Amino acid sequence: MPAITDSPRRRLTLFPNLSGAAVAGIAIAIFLMAFLILPVAQVLYVAFLDARTGAFTFQNFQDFFNTTLFRESFVNSFYVSAMSVVVATMIALPLAYITTRFNFAGTAAIQALGIIPLIMPPFVGAVAMSLLFGRNGSVNLLLNQYFGFRIPFMEGLNGVILVQSIHYFPFILINLSASLRNIDRSMEEAAQNLGSHGMRMFRRIVFPLAMPGYLAGAALVFIKVFDDLGTPLLLNVNNMLAPQAYLRITGVGINDPMGYVISFILVVFSVFSLWASFLFMRGKDYATVQKGGGGLSRRDLNTREKWLAWATILLILALVLSPHIGLLLLAFGTIWSFSPLPDGFTVQHFGTIFTQSTQYVWNTIIYAGTAALIDVVLGCAIAYIVIRTGLTGRKWLDYMATAALAVPGVVLGIGYLRMFHGIQLPFGLGQMSSFWGIIIIALAVRRLPYALRACMAALQQVSLSLEEAAESLGASRTSTIRRIVVPLMTGGILAGFVTSFATAAVELSATIMLVGRSSDAPLAYGIYLYMQSPAGRGPGAALGILAVVIVALGTYLSQRIIERERSRQSTISDQH
Amino acid sequence: MHKILKLSATALMMTSAAAFADTVTVVTSFSKDLTDPFKAAFEAANPDTTLEVVNRNTNAAVSYLQETRGSNTTDIMWASAPDAFEVLKEQGLLAKVDVQYEGIPDMIGGYPVHDADGTYFGFAASGYGIMYNTRYVEANELPIAEEWEDLKRAEYNGHVAMSSPSRSGTTHLTVETVLQGEGWDDGWATWKWISGNMNTVTERSFGVPDAVNSGATGFGIVIDFFGLSSKASGFPVELVYPSVTAIVPANIGIIENAPNQDGAKRFVEFVLSPEGQKVLLEPAIMRLPVNPDAYADAPEGFPNPFSEDFAPGAIEFDVEKSGMRYELVNSLFDVLVTYRLDDLRAAVSAVQRAEAAQAESGNEEAAALIAEARALIEAMPISEEQALDPSYTQAFTVSRADPATEVVGRQAEIEQEWDRFAVENYAKARQLAEQAIALN
Repeated sequence: MPAITDSPRRRLTLFPNLSGAAVAGIAIAIFLMAFLILPVAQVLYVAFLDARTGAFTFQNFQDFFNTTLFRESFVNSFYVSAMSVVVATMIALPLAYITTRFNFAGTAAIQALGIIPLIMPPFVGAVAMSLLFGRNGSVNLLLNQYFGFRIPFMEGLNGVILVQSIHYFPFILINLSASLRNIDRSMEEAAQNLGSHGMRMFRRIVFPLAMPGYLAGAALVFIKVFDDLGTPLLLNVNNMLAPQAYLRITGVGINDPMGYVISFILVVFSVFSLWASFLFMRGKDYATVQKGGGGLSRRDLNTREKWLAWATILLILALVLSPHIGLLLLAFGTIWSFSPLPDGFTVQHFGTIFTQSTQYVWNTIIYAGTAALIDVVLGCAIAYIVIRTGLTGRKWLDYMATAALAVPGVVLGIGYLRMFHGIQLPFGLGQMSSFWGIIIIALAVRRLPYALRACMAALQQVSLSLEEAAESLGASRTSTIRRIVVPLMTGGILAGFVTSFATAAVELSATIMLVGRSSDAPLAYGIYLYMQSPAGRGPGAALGILAVVIVALGTYLSQRIIERERSRQSTISDQH
Repeated sequence: MHKILKLSATALMMTSAAAFADTVTVVTSFSKDLTDPFKAAFEAANPDTTLEVVNRNTNAAVSYLQETRGSNTTDIMWASAPDAFEVLKEQGLLAKVDVQYEGIPDMIGGYPVHDADGTYFGFAASGYGIMYNTRYVEANELPIAEEWEDLKRAEYNGHVAMSSPSRSGTTHLTVETVLQGEGWDDGWATWKWISGNMNTVTERSFGVPDAVNSGATGFGIVIDFFGLSSKASGFPVELVYPSVTAIVPANIGIIENAPNQDGAKRFVEFVLSPEGQKVLLEPAIMRLPVNPDAYADAPEGFPNPFSEDFAPGAIEFDVEKSGMRYELVNSLFDVLVTYRLDDLRAAVSAVQRAEAAQAESGNEEAAALIAEARALIEAMPISEEQALDPSYTQAFTVSRADPATEVVGRQAEIEQEWDRFAVENYAKARQLAEQAIALN
C-alpha cells in the first residue's frame, strides 16, 4: 500500500497540496486490496502449502521446475505469446497507419470493425473457426475437393498463434491509433523540412513517437496470450502454462497444488513483463506540447494507392472477421455438418432468443457498461497518480491493477465466493457473493488493465507544460485536470472504455462462478447455456451475433465521438 | 432501468416475503433443453412453487457448493456424473432425505441406481457409445466402428475423438468400464491404441459431440444422450452401443441445510415419478428413464436398457474399485495420453505403417521389431496392485488421505516419473517401427 508521505525533493511544485491525489490513491489501493489482492491471495496461498501437512513450503515450486511437462509448457507459452505479438503487429500496423495517415472514406467503420475480433463470445468463436478453418472446415473441404490437399490452420501451436493474433490484435490497433492521432503535426513537418519522407519518416519519426501506444498494446497482447486459457483449451492444446493451471484447478475432487503454483507464476511473470516494458520506455519523453491540428496531417491517396489501400484493408478484414462470418452462418444456418455451407437458412434461432433471452442483453449492457465506467475512472486516476504525482509506492497501484490481467477468472471467482459469501447485504439484496453487483465488480477488476494501459498511454502524450501553463494562469489543480488533462486524454479514455466494455461483455470464466440466478445472468452465460446442447448451437450463435452487434454499435458511436472531437479541435486551431 | 425496477420489486416483495417464498433453487450442469421441460412440468403440477435453475458445469457447481456451504442458498444438485455426487457426499454436503418413489429397480445394468445411503438418486440412465457422422464416414469411405476394438484399427487413424476422463465424469466411467471389462493391462493397451488414432482429446465432454456434429471428426466416444439428442436435432449422426458398456445413472440430490427442503423433496419426487420420467423422452432430451414402465411410450428404435438384447456384454461395474483409484486413473490417462498425444500418435502411426509394410513383405526381422515397439507402447508404469495400493492412490487425494498411510511421493514427482517413462517409450517405439519400415 502506498504511504502518504511526499518526496518533496523530487516533487515538482505544481501541486502545493497533495492530499487529493493521496486520498484517491489510498481509496484505489483499498479497492484493489479488497477485490483483487485478498481474494486471489486466499486462493493462491495453497501454492506455498505442503499438500499433506498444510505446512509452509517451497517444495511445490521445486517440483514445478523439476517437471519436464511444465518446463516445456513455459517455453511453449513464451513462444506463442511472442509470435502472437509479431503476427498481431503485422495485422494492426497497416490498419492503423492507413486510417490515421490518409483521408480515407471508411475510417470510422474500419476502426469499429477492427475491434470486433475482441468480442469473440466463448465457445461460439471456436466452433465457428473450426467450421471454417478446421481440418474439415469449409476452406479445407473445398481445397481438398478441388486441389486434393488441406492446410492445417488450426493444428497445434500455430493454430493458437493464428487464433490469438486475430483475437487480440485490436489491443495494438486501438492503442496505436490513439497514439498516432496524438502525434504533433509539427514533428512531421520538421522531419519533412529536413528532407525525410515516406517509409523512412515513418520508421524514424512517426512510429517512435507512437511508441507508448504500440508498447501498451503489445504488452497487453503478450500478457493476455500468455495467460489466456480459452483458446488453447478450445483448440485442445494442453502443453501451455495457462491450460495446465486451469486443468489442475478445476477437476472434481482434485487437490493438486501445482495448479496454484502455475497461477502464481503466471501472475508474477505478467507483472515482470509489464516492468520490462516500463524499463524500455524509461527516460524517453513522448509528450507533445501542442495539440495542433489534432495529429498527423492526412493526405489524399491517388487512385492506384487507394486501390492498394482498400485491397490491403479488405484482405485483413476478411481474415480477422472470419470467425464472425462463421458465426453469422451458424446463426442463420439450419444444420451445418461436414459441408462448406449450412444445409439451409432460417431466422428461427433469432426468434428463439428474442422470446426467451432478452434479459441477458439488458444485464450485459448494464454490467459491462458500469464495469467499463468504473475502469476508466480508476484507470485515469491511477495513470494520473503514477505519472504526475510523487506518491510513494504509486507504481504499485499500477502493478496491482495490471496483475489482474494474469489472474485466471476461475481463481478470482473462487476467491470472491470464499471472501464475500455469508456477508448479508442490507435492503434485502441477499448474499453479497450472489448479488449481481459483485459480477460488475469482478468484470471491472478483470478489465481494469485494459483501460489503465490506454489511459497511461494517453497521459504520457500530454505535455506537463500544458498543465503548468494552466496552473500559472490561475487554474486550480482540479480544474486543470477537468479542463485540460481529461479533454486531451479523451481519445485514450474512449479507447480504454471501448476495450473494457467489449471484453467485459463476453467474459465468462469469473461470471460463471458468480451468477446467482439465471435472471441475473449476462449474455456470455446465456451463450454458454445454449452451446451445451446440440439443439442450442443455432440460438447460441444468434445470441453471439447479438453481443457482437451491441458492442460494435458502442464502438462505432465512440469512434464518431473521437472523430467529431478531432474535427472540432482542428477547427478551433485553424481559427487562431 | 431493468435493475432498478427489479430492486424496488425485491424491496416490495420483502414485505410479503412469506407468501412468495416457495422457490426451489437447483444447481445443475444440464442444458436448458433438459431443465426447461422439467421446470414447466413441475410448475404446472405445483402452481405455488417456482423452480429457479442455475446452470454451472459440474466442476464449477461442486466448487460453488463447497465455497458456499457456510450459508447455503441451494436446495438441489442435479447432474450426470456420479463421482461429483460422491465428492459432495464425502464432504457432508448432501442431505439424507426420505424421498418416496415407486417402480424403480435397485440396479440397472449392474450399477446401483440410487446411492446406498440415500443421499442422491438416479433419475435417468446413460450408456456409453460410439457416435459417428454419416456424411464424414461416407466421404472417407470408412466402415462403421461398432466395438471399442474396431477403433484400434489403422484405418481409423485421425478419425476419432474423446474427452479426457479428468475433465468429464462420464468419460471417466467409460475408461474405467474398459479397464474393468478387459483388465488393467489389456484395458490400458486398448485405450492407448484408440488414442493413437485420435485427432483430439477435448477439454469439455460436449466438445466431442460438437466435433462429430460439425464433421470435424468422424467418430466420438460419448455418453448416449449426446448422440441421441444430436440426431433428434437433425444432425447426420448415429450412435452405436459397443457390447462392453456400462449403464450409469444421472443423479439428483438434496443439499444439506437446504433453505427449502420440503420443496426440494417435492421436486426430487416429481423427477422420479411416472410423469417426470416421461419428460425424459422429449426429442431434445433423449435420456433413458430409470422406470421400466416409461419405455411403453418410447419412440421406435429407442434403446431400452431393461431389455434382454441391450448390450449383452455389460459388465458388473465395481464401484468401490473405481472409487479407490479415481484420481489416479485420471492422472495416469492425462500423463500417458492427453499431454503426450503427439508422441503417442507418432509412435502408433509408425507401428501401423510398419505393420502394413510387413504384411506385404513378410519380413521376420521387421515383425520382431514391431512386436518390441508394440510392447513399449503398451507398457504401463504401474501395475493394477499398485494402482489400488493406498500408498499410491492417496498421493492423489492428499486432503482426504489417511494420515497414517505412508505415500510414495508427491503427485508432481510421480507424474514426472510417469511422463519420463511415457516419452522415452513412445520415442523408442517409433524408432523401432521406423527401423522395421526400412527393413522391408
